[in-house]
Amino acid sequence: MEYGSRPAYSAESPFKIHGGCGLMGICDESGSLMSGELAIRAMAAQHDRGNGLGGGFAGYGIYPEFPDHFCFHMMYHDAQGKEAAEAVFDQYFVVDLAEPLPTRPVKGIVDAPLLWRYFLTLSESRLESMGMTPEDYIVHVVMFINTTVDGAFVASSGKNMGAFKGVGFPEEIGHYFLVEEYEGHTWVGHNRFPTNTPGWWGGAHPFTLIDWSIVHNGEISSYGINSRYLDAFGYKCTLGTDTEVVAYLFDLLLRCHKLPLELACKVLASPLWSEIDRMPEDEQAVMQSLRAVYGPAMLNGPFAIVLGFNGGMVALNDRIKLRPLAAARQGSILMVASEESAIREVLTSPDEAWAPKAGEPVIARVKGLDWPIHGDLYPPSGDESCAAADVKDSRETVEVS
Amino acid sequence: MPMSLIQPAFRVHIDYDKCHKCGRCVQQCGWSVYTFNGRPFPDDSRCRACHRCVTYCPAHCISIQKNELALRENPNWMPGLRQNIWRQAESGGVMLTGMGNDKPYLSIFDHLVLDACQVTNPSIDPLREPMELRTYLGCKPDRVEVEPNGRGGFRVRPGTGLEKNVRLDTPIMFSPMSYGSVSLNVHKSLAMAAERCGILMNTGEGGLHADLYPYQDNVIVQVASGRFGVNPEYLNRGVAIEIKVGQGAKPGIGGHLPGEKINREVSVTRMIPQGTDAISPAPHHDIYSIEDLKQLIYSLKEASGYKPVGVKIATVHNVAAIASGIVRAGADYVYLDGFKGGTGAAPSIIRDHIGIPIEIAIAAVDTRLRAEGIRNRASIVAAGSIRSSADLAKAIALGADAVAIGSATLMALGCHLCQGCHTGNCSWGLTTQKPELTRRVDPEWGAERLTNLVHAWSHELQEILGALGVNAVESLRGSRERLRAVGLDAQTCEILDVKPAGR
Repeated sequence: MEYGSRPAYSAESPFKIHGGCGLMGICDESGSLMSGELAIRAMAAQHDRGNGLGGGFAGYGIYPEFPDHFCFHMMYHDAQGKEAAEAVFDQYFVVDLAEPLPTRPVKGIVDAPLLWRYFLTLSESRLESMGMTPEDYIVHVVMFINTTVDGAFVASSGKNMGAFKGVGFPEEIGHYFLVEEYEGHTWVGHNRFPTNTPGWWGGAHPFTLIDWSIVHNGEISSYGINSRYLDAFGYKCTLGTDTEVVAYLFDLLLRCHKLPLELACKVLASPLWSEIDRMPEDEQAVMQSLRAVYGPAMLNGPFAIVLGFNGGMVALNDRIKLRPLAAARQGSILMVASEESAIREVLTSPDEAWAPKAGEPVIARVKGLDWPIHGDLYPPSGDESCAAADVKDSRETVEVS
Repeated sequence: MPMSLIQPAFRVHIDYDKCHKCGRCVQQCGWSVYTFNGRPFPDDSRCRACHRCVTYCPAHCISIQKNELALRENPNWMPGLRQNIWRQAESGGVMLTGMGNDKPYLSIFDHLVLDACQVTNPSIDPLREPMELRTYLGCKPDRVEVEPNGRGGFRVRPGTGLEKNVRLDTPIMFSPMSYGSVSLNVHKSLAMAAERCGILMNTGEGGLHADLYPYQDNVIVQVASGRFGVNPEYLNRGVAIEIKVGQGAKPGIGGHLPGEKINREVSVTRMIPQGTDAISPAPHHDIYSIEDLKQLIYSLKEASGYKPVGVKIATVHNVAAIASGIVRAGADYVYLDGFKGGTGAAPSIIRDHIGIPIEIAIAAVDTRLRAEGIRNRASIVAAGSIRSSADLAKAIALGADAVAIGSATLMALGCHLCQGCHTGNCSWGLTTQKPELTRRVDPEWGAERLTNLVHAWSHELQEILGALGVNAVESLRGSRERLRAVGLDAQTCEILDVKPAGR
């Protein structure tokens, strides 16, 4: 693509992008760090699930030296895009470190954009004057850059996490970004098989927003109404990808509407009315309300998704399980992948391996980290208590002791 | 001078070789077409082509043909216009008619096509997989709040859940048609079918006959400008209350049920004297503004223990702004009646020339309510010539929560669309109060046919959803991405927010 010919990212994919994919997620609930190499190997085992038009990873706990900074991974088409985005950073943040993302040449990886990362802090006074939480503020800036700054794209924007993605097979992209040199407690990976897009770096997965990262295999047949529903809450679906919609929906349900993770999953992959009708009274009232109120948010169509965040991950299948998802546990490690072969590649002797049921979330939570999500229907067993049952006001942040 | 310049529209042809001379046609015709003198003799000028005689002739010897008179061609002065002028020159009156707009306006539904899944996502087989149509009508909160229930689970924080909504097992309901304009047996058929299908019938403005009380959990009671049959008991019987402001077939026009249709039962139900004309004023005389509407909405809620209150309007030019006002005034649903909607009686000049298409109205209202962030506060019911499950699916994709069907239900009960409802002579026993005609509809037979129709359309909607790769109707609702336009102009596409085919 010629210099200066790149349109704004917002104009790049005006139409919905279809595709199939492979994915993985791994989380060590003890909080021990794992090399990104595990994620690369798991994705390499699922090579054939992609077509070389997109691969990527997100790792959590990878920037222990900057745990409280918002880290922006940026993609620029050219110096002009970089200049424009940096002007935004200077206006909205205190930039404590700006540096190019380390990469190594990998055969087959071409046309990479300029890749930079920024460690940013927020000015309290500015937050106050705008009456926003830090997270709202970040969402605002990300939306602003992605929709209005020509040639700049935010690849990730969370704390102590980052996304590494681009056009190529995931193992190539992984090595390109030196992912094996990072260590994280949670990793998600993705292999893309887009069917009608030229394949561009910003459109690769994981898709992220603040701490959330989403990898997704499937096709959201309800995309039209999901994106219109989100629009009413200020989320602009600019990429035309299903994954973007999933990320925004999780953000809306978990962060803005403060739904417990279990219930947010039940919104996205709703139980059937026939199941709801058989539920105990309390649960029935909850599910009836959720389905009727959040009907436009229901993800319909085949999907398997992994949502990564600081504190753990959740994997979820669609309501009638139309896409593959396997899960396994080995000690404190929980792993999910599209194919069990990927799990066997990484976990040599899993204690158990299973196929999660349709609409039943598989949840991993890292010990010692704040559970960023409000309450939880099934507190973990043992001495770890989520304290959800003791919470008087679900709008208060629940902390894991 | 001739009595009339109007020539018969139809020719009744009887094949006397086959005719049994049984006289059944004489007995069946509500229009007094036939006289019998050894054999039936038709008076063509009375025939409305309702096909009652044709259907019931045991010899199948009657055929109704168009009276093809060769008027000199003139696309400007179409034959209908010439006839109207002759007719009005004779009578000096307003031309009346029944049923919906019969002018050849563009049908937008017929220029919209639905999507289906191929390869990248699977279609779903509704015969093997669940396919959910359940729909809740009413105000939904912006968000659901939950709190721990003390047993490790959650409960809905009071006031933030689904309350005061009406459940439909399939997103179809029966349009309001008043007792008086249609017969009691039609009302009974509708009520019984609504109960069997898990949907709702609507009383229309003529009150609720005591025979329908057993079905009151499947009834919407309507309050119109005439306030016929409205009393506290009535308001508390239905599951929801509907304020009728306008009707698609006659926006801005009131109603007039002639005294001949006000028999004893109708008189009791409507709470008016027998034999008097029942006149609904054009406006509600207590609604001269949006704030008046709000007062009425809340008066009705107060009177009924806060049942959902909907507002029915005809789709006119500013329908989006009007609907927004209605939602902000506290309505739980907005019933949009498109300009092709049916009627028991309307001036044809009004019916044929006022209002906008329902497709445009659904899109405009849905878009407007979303833009204002109040789409969840009220449901949208679309009506006005929903002719098939395809129209149903397209209406839902454009943004309707449910559709209401009226003309289709009458057709299920035998109506042949002869447009003579206002005469009170309906040979099919539907839009008449003459006992010899109304007894032609057995409510049990009617309920079965209506139930079949609703089930058939529901099955077809399930097939459409399955082809679209979704298994719940809420995933199609407002999903205009699943529609494409074929042969619509760019501006209409823009208003509908539907891409042209190929994009």
